[in-house]
Amino acid sequence: MRNPFVMDCGEFHVNYKQDMAIWKITRVRMRVFILLAVFAFFPVFASDYIIGLATLCGIAAIGAIGLNILTGFTGQISIGVGAFLGVGGYTSAILTAKLGLSFWIAMPTAGIVTAIVGGLFGLPSLRLKGLYLAIATLAAQVIILFVISRWDALTGGTAGMVLSRPELGSFVFYSEQSYYYLMFVVLIITAIFTLNLFRSRVGRAFIAVRDRDVAAEVMGIDLFKYKVLAFIVSSFFVGIAGALLGHYTMVVSPELYSITVSIEYLAIILVGGLGSVFGSIYGAVFITLLPVVLRSGVELMSGVFPDLSAVLIGMKEVVFGLVIILFLIYEPQGLAKIWKNIKDYFKLWPFSY
Amino acid sequence: MTFFLQMLVTGIVVGSVYALVALGFVLIYKSSDAINFAQGEFLLIGTYVCLTLITAYNIPFIAALLIALMFSAVLGFVIERIVLRPFIGEPVISMIMATIGLSSVLAGIVHIIWGHETRVFPRIFSEQPVNIGEIVIAPVYLWSLLIVVVMLVIFTLFFKYSKLGIAMRATADDQQAAMSMGISVKMIFAVAWAIAAIVSAVGGILLGNINGVNASLSAIGLKVLPVAILGGLDSIPGAIIGGLIIGILESLTGGYLDPLVGGGLKEVMPFVILVFILMFKPYGLFGKKKSRGCNR
Repeated sequence: MRNPFVMDCGEFHVNYKQDMAIWKITRVRMRVFILLAVFAFFPVFASDYIIGLATLCGIAAIGAIGLNILTGFTGQISIGVGAFLGVGGYTSAILTAKLGLSFWIAMPTAGIVTAIVGGLFGLPSLRLKGLYLAIATLAAQVIILFVISRWDALTGGTAGMVLSRPELGSFVFYSEQSYYYLMFVVLIITAIFTLNLFRSRVGRAFIAVRDRDVAAEVMGIDLFKYKVLAFIVSSFFVGIAGALLGHYTMVVSPELYSITVSIEYLAIILVGGLGSVFGSIYGAVFITLLPVVLRSGVELMSGVFPDLSAVLIGMKEVVFGLVIILFLIYEPQGLAKIWKNIKDYFKLWPFSY
Repeated sequence: MTFFLQMLVTGIVVGSVYALVALGFVLIYKSSDAINFAQGEFLLIGTYVCLTLITAYNIPFIAALLIALMFSAVLGFVIERIVLRPFIGEPVISMIMATIGLSSVLAGIVHIIWGHETRVFPRIFSEQPVNIGEIVIAPVYLWSLLIVVVMLVIFTLFFKYSKLGIAMRATADDQQAAMSMGISVKMIFAVAWAIAAIVSAVGGILLGNINGVNASLSAIGLKVLPVAILGGLDSIPGAIIGGLIIGILESLTGGYLDPLVGGGLKEVMPFVILVFILMFKPYGLFGKKKSRGCNR
């Protein structure tokens, strides 16, 4: 047994397998497993409220990983995530409530339908870049939301639809714990898929498109194919997240998928770290818990400042905006980079120069 | 036919206000390559300041308007200095997210100070409708049109003849060349933001006079975005023509199609048109492709 207080200082790889591993050192792999175990067992002790929050964080993380594939890794800004979440949620709602299909078919189908819709709205990406593409996805957000709220026969219009919790045989995922585990499994699959995606040919093509699209094209990367593919893969996960969220809250209605949601997701990947799978998770936790922490803070202070709760909504917006701006100015690479800095500090300590 | 003309006139008036607000987008984009998602909040704050001055302090409209415009200018100036300065030369997403964050902060402040309920401007223009042929027009519409036209003329002259205007055009053309000619590019950016805030405030006050003021007025910022993009983000005539196109289209859609689908199509139409236009003209009707170096 090595001294646990000694930090690892170098990586010595002697074969390709070691070099390509996601977690390169045995100890890191151990740490990941311990962390996973902690998260797998924490619902046993936590209260329903906390587990519910954790579930919401996890679902946001799945969607954020999806968005990060598009924006963080491929460099295409999308302000339409909110609507894509809605496509996922509504597809699953329609399939389960109207057609009576099982959740286990509806959820992947929701992902596929969202992927198709996302791919369609990704088509302009061949000619549009940066700002103009962002506006085109904003148009997607507005148009999809309009269709959802107006196609009464299919979506129930502004009233929305009611969903049921998924079932597995005779077991219904009704308790907070069980839904947490469902989310946990999907999140792990999403994270592992994405981590592996960016070790593959396709993922590296995405990154090449982001870093310098002209150079990527010169090297033989089919820009159009990979740009649309990024939209498709990204929208798939966003759709899955939408379906999970719909079945968790058990209701879908147009106002749940407004542009605010799109902006929230952009904030998640920005605060977490663009182009980082774990950053998406950190960001999702941060942004989901921000209003919760703020609310309990206000409740705590309400004895001293009784008027504070009246301005809570306004305060939420101010804090949310400030967080975005401050992260952009002081740590544009987000929480993932902050975490890395902390690790590096201890790795090099006490010789940090 | 009367109905059509009525809708057309409404469209032209609203479209001209859109054009004015779109001018704000274009100014900022032209000088600093940024797009301002907080434009709607600029508009809202200018309007609320003007309204508060009138209702709470009994200041006459013209004086209140001038103070509100001055306040907006200072606000634009300060915000450029504090929030946007660090993002010069950063990738597009930083710029977009920074202004989105800014819009959230400003919206929050507006909520805290002014709340949510709709307020009405005290009647400034006479309510006696004007008849032109068979069309009935409220005077506030005519005044709005007049004010917008005057402002657009002023800005055209400003860019053409004033020293500052010429400096702004030079900066938009080539920042480095402008800098080497002794133009303070940073100053130009700040001025662009100040002017953008002013034109937004004017647009907001006009719309506030037409529809009343509440927090949802800021949604106009998002609605004007397609206007600016449609005309081309770097073209001032584009903003005006785009504004008129979208205004008229919106009004006609509202008049003819909305009753068929049960409303709401009016809000979506600009975006549908936008997507189609962008497919064929990716930089808008009058926009030019900028050959930019490393920042996309």
